[in-house]
Amino acid sequence: MSRRTAVALAAIPAAFLAVFFVWPMASILAVGLGEGGWGAIGRVLGDGHLLGVVWFTVWQATASTVLTILIALPATWVISRFDVPGRSLIRATTTIPFVMPTVVVATAFLALVGPGGILGLDLQGTVWIVLAAHVFFNLAVVVRLVGGVWAHLDPRLEDAARSLGASPWSVFRRVTLPLLRPALAAAASIVFLFSLTSFGTVLILGAPRLATVEVEIYRRSALLLDLPAASILAIVQMVGVIGALIAYSRYQERHSIAQTLRPAAETARRPRSGREWALIGGILGATGAIVLGPLLVLVWRSLTPSGTLGLEAYRALANGEVVSVGAAAGNSLGFAAAATLIALGVGMPAAVLVAARRGRLSRWFDTLLMLPLGTSAVTIGFGFLVALDWPVDLRASIVLVPIAHALVATPFVFRSALPVLRTIRGNLREAAATLGASPGRVWREVDLPIVARVAAVGAAFAFAVSLGEFGATLFLARPGSPTIPIAIYRFLGRPGTLNLGRATALSVVLMAITAAAVGLVERLRPPGSGVF
Amino acid sequence: MRRLAAALVILAMATGCSQRAGGSVTVVAHDFFAVSPDVLDRFTAETGIGVTVLRGGDAGLVVNQAVLTSGNPVGDVLFGVDTTLLSRALDAEVFDAYLSPLVYRIPTEYRADDRVTPIDVGDVCLNYDPAAFGPELPPPSGLLDLVDPAYAGMLVVEDPSISSPGLAFLLSTIAIFGEDGPYTWRDFWAGLRANDVVIAPDWGTAYYGRFSASGGDLPIVVSYSTSPDAEVAFSDPPLAAPTTAVITDGCFRQVEYAGVLRGAAHPEAARKFIDFMLGLPFQEDVPGQMFVYPVRPDATLPDWFGAPPLTAVQLDPAVIEANRDRWVTEWSDLVLR
Repeated sequence: MSRRTAVALAAIPAAFLAVFFVWPMASILAVGLGEGGWGAIGRVLGDGHLLGVVWFTVWQATASTVLTILIALPATWVISRFDVPGRSLIRATTTIPFVMPTVVVATAFLALVGPGGILGLDLQGTVWIVLAAHVFFNLAVVVRLVGGVWAHLDPRLEDAARSLGASPWSVFRRVTLPLLRPALAAAASIVFLFSLTSFGTVLILGAPRLATVEVEIYRRSALLLDLPAASILAIVQMVGVIGALIAYSRYQERHSIAQTLRPAAETARRPRSGREWALIGGILGATGAIVLGPLLVLVWRSLTPSGTLGLEAYRALANGEVVSVGAAAGNSLGFAAAATLIALGVGMPAAVLVAARRGRLSRWFDTLLMLPLGTSAVTIGFGFLVALDWPVDLRASIVLVPIAHALVATPFVFRSALPVLRTIRGNLREAAATLGASPGRVWREVDLPIVARVAAVGAAFAFAVSLGEFGATLFLARPGSPTIPIAIYRFLGRPGTLNLGRATALSVVLMAITAAAVGLVERLRPPGSGVF
Repeated sequence: MRRLAAALVILAMATGCSQRAGGSVTVVAHDFFAVSPDVLDRFTAETGIGVTVLRGGDAGLVVNQAVLTSGNPVGDVLFGVDTTLLSRALDAEVFDAYLSPLVYRIPTEYRADDRVTPIDVGDVCLNYDPAAFGPELPPPSGLLDLVDPAYAGMLVVEDPSISSPGLAFLLSTIAIFGEDGPYTWRDFWAGLRANDVVIAPDWGTAYYGRFSASGGDLPIVVSYSTSPDAEVAFSDPPLAAPTTAVITDGCFRQVEYAGVLRGAAHPEAARKFIDFMLGLPFQEDVPGQMFVYPVRPDATLPDWFGAPPLTAVQLDPAVIEANRDRWVTEWSDLVLR
């Protein structure tokens, strides 16, 4: 890749991040530190309680990541390697938890394993319920990012190892796992950042004693109005995130392997024996229970707002009191479309660039792109207010909503694209060039089909992220009607069983919209791009 | 890149160009600000001023946003600064002075400062589930009943470091039991802790998650004096009478204020909007939309809306501002650690 191409590719992502992330963050941190002075640093770092919060934040994020991967891998294997009935439906279902607003899912978890819960076990306030919720939310990240590569691994590699006498376990450990490692690391990095900055889940399920740094930042920013401490905590959080990201990108560079990817239809096969069918059924059943349990609780609650079965919650929702559902749904879909376009425009050039060029600069770029995912949403919201009044006053503009969503969605586009782009063999391009293709034609014929395919995966992700986004949206000064998650938040803040019913009914509506929208976005991918 | 910048500028201009002949006004509020569309339309019809409402999270966040943009605000009017947050906003010089000609209609006990106008009043009160009590155990009649072992394991309160009603309840115990003397607010909370008080992070989790009247497991919750009436108003099939009740002892009165933001682009329209919020159409719309009482005693309440409790505790906003952090920290050490 020439230097000029590299600069051109870097321009949009770099400008976007500079204006909508670096500048607002720097501004708000300067205000916070300016107000508190150096004394605030001592106050925060000398506070044993806050150090405990930092420690808890890190270890629960690590535990959540390990658990999510262990629990998601078997299902990912089944979905990406076997031709089982309803495969795409199963995949779409695992995406739903990912977009559900944390407030709503937390109440569903409490109904299952909270005080007086259905399963007869009260885990409220323990780390177990927090970890369980993080696994529930993040399963989709592993299924999609790892599955995206696994579905295209050349099965002949495994077959060769088998025929040379390797056991299935040793084939997995020595052939499959090394090939999946980059995608696994990408998924792990996202799950880790999500769990590290977890807010609503920990606030509700871990209350009153468990808190992440993000919860503590909110606590300081809302009623206590202690901006200096909030700023220092935001910096502590960011330093931790940068450390994790640097470790990740070092690892990634060392472990990416160029390989030939095969079309998914070629790699998937029907299960061969009754034993295999039973194993697959068991895996899908167990994963299904994790994913569907809390979702079914929500559906059930939306149908029984006052104790008896009925549709009154949906009727109340439809009458448009407090919030017009149509407007909220329209808003959510519009913002999601805009955020997806921005995230693709920012994330794809960045991924092409980072995949092609190695070295320190590219590593820093990688880290910077991921950073918004690990940054406190309250702090970014405040940062927009302090920084974005010049040259155009954007602070109260509706465009900030899709921009904030895109900040969170871009890492998903970037991360789903990067591992796949890195697997493009250099000699494929050379071969094309040798056969007389111009550089433009090489890109069009070799790179573009692959880029288009991964862009579709990233777009589905970005769309889902935006539909479910709550934290960053809440902290913006927003004109007009709310998004669906914000509307749910408003219903939950009003007394009356009917308002609780509306909140759960609207959550079910969000589930349906998500499943439909993600399915549609995946179908929109360019024809032929499913073949590598 | 250039195209992106151009698109952003156009979008920003499009959103900022909703000005009408009579001008426009931008109201900054929390997410629970609500007004009937026809009431708002009336303001525009009478003054020719178009209204944009910006919402940004809960009251604490909105006040913090106003403090951060003091002198260079994102709107013209701020609605939703309550008693517990008022001093912080005043200290940061968020508002310009404005005395509405209608201000004499407001009882003096609600008025705090020339820079803010009281709009509504709400009382944070303990609610209980009558089904859980009977002849053997009557519902608690006052705060001190709550530390009686007979009422152990029945109460859920919101965390005062996160939740506005939680903070109000803590402040009411401080106002009632005091900081010094034989029995202080600390003794009261130690008693609540011994009685297994449950701490929830926010109102929704306490009220919908734990309160037995909405399917939870605890019969006493910190909520609002108007919650039982709202239970009737938002029920399907309709309820004839409230299924919950209020304990009138220990209610904390929160006044919500509005003010003209310093540096507002449309100060004249902002003043008109504050007058409008004190007018009867808006005042009479307040109970049904926000479940609080209008500040004007001559506003007619909807028939499903009960009268406010006769007694409620109030604290000076300046005293709250000076002690809030210390009280909340002491509370955490006492109740959570």
